[in-house]
Amino acid sequence: MALYSEKVMDHFRNPRNVGVIEDANGIGEVGNAKCGDIMKMYLKIEDGIVVDVKFETFGCGSAIASSSMATELIKGQPVSEVKKLTNKAVAEALDGLPDYKMHCSVLAEEAIQAALEDYEKRTGIKI
Amino acid sequence: MIYADNAATTKMSEAAIHTMTELLQDAWGNPSSLYTHGQKAKEVLEKAREDVAAAIGAEPREIIFTSGGSEADNQAIRSAAESGRRKGKTHIISSAFEHHAVLHTLERLKKEGFEVTLLDVHENGLIRPEEVEAAIREDTCLVTIMTANNEIGTIEPIREIGAVCRAKGVLFHTDAVQAVGHIPLNVKEDNIDLLSASAHKFHGPKGVGFLYVRKGVPVTNLIEGGAQERGRRAGTENVPGIAAMATALKEAIAHMPENTTKLTALRDRLIDGLLQIPHSALNGDRAQRLPGNVNFCFEGIEGESLLLLLDDKGIQASSGSACTSGSLDPSHVLLAIGRVHDVAHGSLRLSIGEDLTEEDADYIIRSVGEVVTYLRGFSPIWRDLMAGKKEFIL
Ligand SMILES: Cc1ncc(COP(=O)(O)O)c(C=O)c1O
Ligand code: FES
Repeated sequence: MALYSEKVMDHFRNPRNVGVIEDANGIGEVGNAKCGDIMKMYLKIEDGIVVDVKFETFGCGSAIASSSMATELIKGQPVSEVKKLTNKAVAEALDGLPDYKMHCSVLAEEAIQAALEDYEKRTGIKI
Repeated sequence: MIYADNAATTKMSEAAIHTMTELLQDAWGNPSSLYTHGQKAKEVLEKAREDVAAAIGAEPREIIFTSGGSEADNQAIRSAAESGRRKGKTHIISSAFEHHAVLHTLERLKKEGFEVTLLDVHENGLIRPEEVEAAIREDTCLVTIMTANNEIGTIEPIREIGAVCRAKGVLFHTDAVQAVGHIPLNVKEDNIDLLSASAHKFHGPKGVGFLYVRKGVPVTNLIEGGAQERGRRAGTENVPGIAAMATALKEAIAHMPENTTKLTALRDRLIDGLLQIPHSALNGDRAQRLPGNVNFCFEGIEGESLLLLLDDKGIQASSGSACTSGSLDPSHVLLAIGRVHDVAHGSLRLSIGEDLTEEDADYIIRSVGEVVTYLRGFSPIWRDLMAGKKEFIL
């Protein structure tokens, strides 16, 4: 049996939305206390919609795949919906993660939440 | 496919497979039985014992066959500890980067009242005999130091350490699992009292190994039962596996000179090639290392991603990254030589075998370079390093 699902490997090999948004208005960077990995999310929010999102990740295969999947899940979505994103939803969309790799999807959830908080702080807009 | 994980396990040699399959057919009797078929198995077993003993300069009666390296380590350490305890000696010296078969056995002994000193392995991964000497106390019953490290391949000065122990009257055990069949060893010349080895690291089968116990050193039985192995390890012997181990070991020793020349050249080619990658470093001493071991850290990337992408390119290797270990702790070996967590994250171990070619080595160098560059391209740590927000360590 392979370590990861086909979906995870697909997002790991061909990560979507990789990179930086120069004029992002919400940036979140979080680290994983467990294994020491780091994930950074850049959001461009206009009229309450996430119009663009990019990520950078220093981490394992499942961390990279989780970042990639999370960006796909939130792109084009209203911020109120994005705020509800959980790591479980990310993991499910990836057809599951091994138990000891669930925390990598938590990193994606936390990076997005941190980016939303940054947006609130910068703009004074409460989501 | 390029297999560069021979420190994890090796492919069985043709000759070892031949020995094993033939004996599965022809020598399936119980060596403890007195009828002809049992006695044939017994003969095979004792011939294997002679061959294994000869390979390390021991006598046949000094060899105990075990289920592998872990069991041999457990039995060696437990034996020395029990005999020490009987004399009121409950201090053991080891090093911070031993295999877990050693470290976890020592943890268990600590709970039973033993005191353990773990020596520093320094930045180059080499233990200093004078530091062993300084650590020995009146109540020291055992020094256990590995012959060669399984992750960074450093070869320890075991002959000198053994001499120090001999002079002080302390037992010396060495976990030689990564060394046997790869570098010359002689238990007499190297002053070794107890030595562990495992067949699957030198092209023999898995689940077979041996413990050398110098004549006169008391042994504690870990597995109670029948009188096999002269009462020191119960259980009907794995005759085909043991004989295949002997075949593989004889072969490894016969070809050691040419294998060493070939592997050393390929290893050095890999090291020189990988050092061209910016902000990379070799782990462990460059000269005092196993002929087939290459171990690097690349700053700004994580090892599991590196391994998965190398696998896609047909290269199989391993890493000491926290993300690759089920426990999510980075390699204790890399931490022991002073690599910080972030840097230990981007580690790669290539343990090459005799079938590797120069073209393979060049392909590995090229592929690692490509994957490292790609991963750095979207690593937030690398961005900070390049922007000067963080200082490079390598
Ligand atoms: C240095 C060292 N000691 C002990 C062992 C354990 O050997 P085995 O797998 O035969 O139990 C290994 C192999 O993983 C090793 O590399
Ligand atoms: S982020 Fe380290 S294990 Fe996944």
